[in-house]
Amino acid sequence: MPKRINPLKGDLMEEIKLIVDGKRLDGRSFDELRPIKIEAGVLKRADGSCYLEMGKNKVVAAVYGPREVHPKHLEDPSMAIVRYRYSMAPFSVEERKRPGPDRRSIEISKVSREALEPVIMKELFPRSAIDIFVEVLQADAGSRTACLNAASVALVDAGIPMRGMVTSVAVAMVDGVLVLDPMKEEDYYGEADIPFAFLIRNGKIESITLLQMDGRVTAEELRQALQLAKKGAMQIYQLQREAIMRKYIREEEVVE
Amino acid sequence: MPEDILMEIKRDYVLSKLRDGERIDGRRLDEIRPIEIQTGLIAKAEGSALVKLGNTMVVAGVKMQPGEPFPDTPDQGIIITNAELVPLASPTFEPGPPDENAIELARVVDRGIRHSGAVDLSKLCIEEGEKVWMIFIDIWALDDDGNLMDASALAAIAALLNTTVPAERFELGNNFPLPVRDLPVAVTSLVFEDKILVDPCRDELSIGKNTITITTDQNDNIVSIQKSGPFLLSEKMFDELIDLSIVKAREVRELLREV
Repeated sequence: MPKRINPLKGDLMEEIKLIVDGKRLDGRSFDELRPIKIEAGVLKRADGSCYLEMGKNKVVAAVYGPREVHPKHLEDPSMAIVRYRYSMAPFSVEERKRPGPDRRSIEISKVSREALEPVIMKELFPRSAIDIFVEVLQADAGSRTACLNAASVALVDAGIPMRGMVTSVAVAMVDGVLVLDPMKEEDYYGEADIPFAFLIRNGKIESITLLQMDGRVTAEELRQALQLAKKGAMQIYQLQREAIMRKYIREEEVVE
Repeated sequence: MPEDILMEIKRDYVLSKLRDGERIDGRRLDEIRPIEIQTGLIAKAEGSALVKLGNTMVVAGVKMQPGEPFPDTPDQGIIITNAELVPLASPTFEPGPPDENAIELARVVDRGIRHSGAVDLSKLCIEEGEKVWMIFIDIWALDDDGNLMDASALAAIAALLNTTVPAERFELGNNFPLPVRDLPVAVTSLVFEDKILVDPCRDELSIGKNTITITTDQNDNIVSIQKSGPFLLSEKMFDELIDLSIVKAREVRELLREV
């Protein structure tokens, strides 16, 4: 067992317990999400946008398009191209992060784009681009899931036709138990981290659109993790819906 | 454009075979191509391996040197994995810094090695907080006939098995073999509708580059998963892939034990 060092302070904390009396460090039960706040349509210039908080994560998503493709050679004559850029602000983490894409954000951008692509009706917009930009303003484990949740609300806000909603949440294995939506300490000290994203259509989880995992779990634990993630995703999905509805009620009021 | 038309024809061929439950090269759906592993071919490297997976060919080299540990693991060695999709390996690879595919490849291989605890990093501490051994794994694709992922993961662990820590060169005592204690194996499958094709070759990938890579350790634990490609995965397929990857990895691990 490697020595445990507090990632936030750099102190040595050899015997930190992540689960005490069946509760997690922040008092949550195993299958409980962090508090989530979602607001759609927060940016004026973007075609669609969303601000989202998931625990201490604070992220903004913007969608531009369908619009002309630049550079031109990337154009697809049969469908829209989808681009996704995950980016972390230098001040979003304890130690300043150099701005610009690093290897981690390039990989996250790739898998996140691939999570949304099969859900977006690209075939309706040949020769055009749908650009999704997400900025992490504050990170605290699970930022890729927070960003995907924000991105899908922003896509709806932009009026992009979709087959359903994409909702994302991670499951971690800490001190031998599976926990939903891990926070920083659980992600850092935990035995495994498993981010999921799902396509939810007509209020039902239809398929998995993002799946990654690193750590160490048995096949059985992995199956249980999927069930736990599905439970969490349904709750987030409700909040995403409510955020979109609130936006439209707000717009109605403005018209009156 | 001629490439596109050719792909279109290949796609139709792969699909027509698949409808009868067959693969274009006559393999069973869960059959991995013949594997050849050759180690120690680069004398200048601390460890090296050339892996052939059918016609796919990858070479991995390990270089080591002392360096400063990460502040959060002051008593552990460091692994850094890099992959280059050099243009000689495929007409679609371009020169330049690693693109998202090369980065994903390197990171998935890295996670398999890291989370299986394949290298005992605690034995690579020279002076706690000051100096530890750094392991650089560089993966060079030579011929991309599909599934560079599994070939690269195999080349990386085979190269590590072949690695001698060059302590004498740095006047840090006697050389010793790198402490390798697990054998992670990556198994990549192409997912198409309700079918799973293990170890897809390049022509098969013309029906969609929709793959799942599952890496397991020698105790059948899952240490890394990566869904790659814009597709929807059903829960049923998720279930099947887990079991299949564990079983197939055992087969490959037997070859690795002979290295």
